[in-house]
Amino acid sequence: MNLSPDVDGGLAVLIAGLALWTIAVRDTFAAVIGFVAFGLVVAVAWMRLAAPDVALTEAAIGSGITGGLLITAAAGRRRRPPPQPDGRPRGIVRIAAATASVLAAVGLGVAVLSLPTPAPTLAPNVALHLGLTGLANPVNAVLLGFRAVDTLLEVFVLLLALLGVWSLAPDRFWGGRPGAAQRVDPHAMLVFVARLLPPLGIVVGLHLLWVGAVAPGGEFQSATVLAAVWILATTAGLCDWPPVGKPRLRLVLVIGTAVFLAIGLAGLVIAGAFLAYPPAYAKLLIVAIELPLTLSIAAILGLLVAGPPSREPRR
Amino acid sequence: MVEFLTAAAILLMAIVAAGLVRLLLGPGIADRLMAVQLLGTGSAGMLLLSASAVPMAGAVDVALVLGLLAALVSVALVKSADPSMAGEE
Amino acid sequence: MAREVTTIVAVCAGLFFFLAGTIGLIRFPDTLSRLHALTKADNLGLGLIALGTMLQAQGPLQALRLVVIWLLVLVSGSAVSQLIALRVYRRSGQS
Repeated sequence: MNLSPDVDGGLAVLIAGLALWTIAVRDTFAAVIGFVAFGLVVAVAWMRLAAPDVALTEAAIGSGITGGLLITAAAGRRRRPPPQPDGRPRGIVRIAAATASVLAAVGLGVAVLSLPTPAPTLAPNVALHLGLTGLANPVNAVLLGFRAVDTLLEVFVLLLALLGVWSLAPDRFWGGRPGAAQRVDPHAMLVFVARLLPPLGIVVGLHLLWVGAVAPGGEFQSATVLAAVWILATTAGLCDWPPVGKPRLRLVLVIGTAVFLAIGLAGLVIAGAFLAYPPAYAKLLIVAIELPLTLSIAAILGLLVAGPPSREPRR
Repeated sequence: MVEFLTAAAILLMAIVAAGLVRLLLGPGIADRLMAVQLLGTGSAGMLLLSASAVPMAGAVDVALVLGLLAALVSVALVKSADPSMAGEE
Repeated sequence: MAREVTTIVAVCAGLFFFLAGTIGLIRFPDTLSRLHALTKADNLGLGLIALGTMLQAQGPLQALRLVVIWLLVLVSGSAVSQLIALRVYRRSGQS
């Protein structure tokens, strides 16, 4: 279509403009809104680049969950303003940050523009060996099959991030519930919506998980939808965040990683390398990894957005 | 039909991007949230149109997640920007 | 043939509502009237586009997914609209 360069150019200008506005605007909440809008337009750009897997992840995690995290941080900062009298960094720090950002952006641009065309790619190799994993979606075949160790490490990083968020709480709140207690009016409109959406959200989440074998989807996107409706239910006051010290909660958080690790170590014995799958059982093992992993990631993402514990634990 | 749907998709995106003016101007969070809500819904519609023209696997799912999460993030933002609104009618 | 015509009509109508809603969002004088414009774009605009694309969908399952998208956006969009209206109402009561 001969309109394509204009459309892509328009999208690029929009993305750059939104990014500039988000940085320049004064009010923190307005900046968060700008960031969410930025994420949405970037997801559309990924679709223009024919990368639906990335677009799905950007819309879900980059825009949705990260937006939720920023909201929690902004709201927390508004409640407890920073201790130093002038919360803004000094001039020299800002110049250093600006220089580092510009250098990183220019470096990335140079690297991308100097790639040879066609750029070197392993995609034909993946397509050749796709049958070994039992999956038809090459992206998930790489994420859970050929480079499963990266996904395992990502989930470790998520757990560490959660520990980092929890460690922001004062000592006396350790083990307590995050967020603030909500008074709920049973007839309020938000309560109605929060009762209606979670079952649908669970269906959508399961669909995204299962369809990941053949089409864009998978455990991260599914977990994000599940976490989002959990956060909605909590925001409406239908359920409260669980106390962070509760043993069953901690079990849910680690079970995904534990199963992943166990299957990986079993692969050492059975198939000769860490996280190797015997080809006959590859699909089965991948499903066995994905199910608890989705549950764990959903719990981790929800608790990340909930924030550090802010109420004293009972007992 | 394919050309019509593709043109409609581009037009819809342009319309909704123009609505982002409200994001810049809107005195206050409410107006900015409305611009983002429109962006989410419009992007979902745009993806539906272009997926109908040139089918791409997963486009419908991306549209679903875009529309849903734009709204849910807005809900979370309104609730936390105004904590006195905890659940009351 | 009738299917093509209906799709074109539905999509054009949907685009019209989106355009009207966006113009309203930009030009109306205060927050609540802009909200009114937005909800028209959300509900009718997306609904008509979903209807139009549904007629071109391959199979009833695909068509059902389009309807589900519209319903989910309806529900979550109405939640956002009511919360925004509540916030504006509360604040104007305070000032």
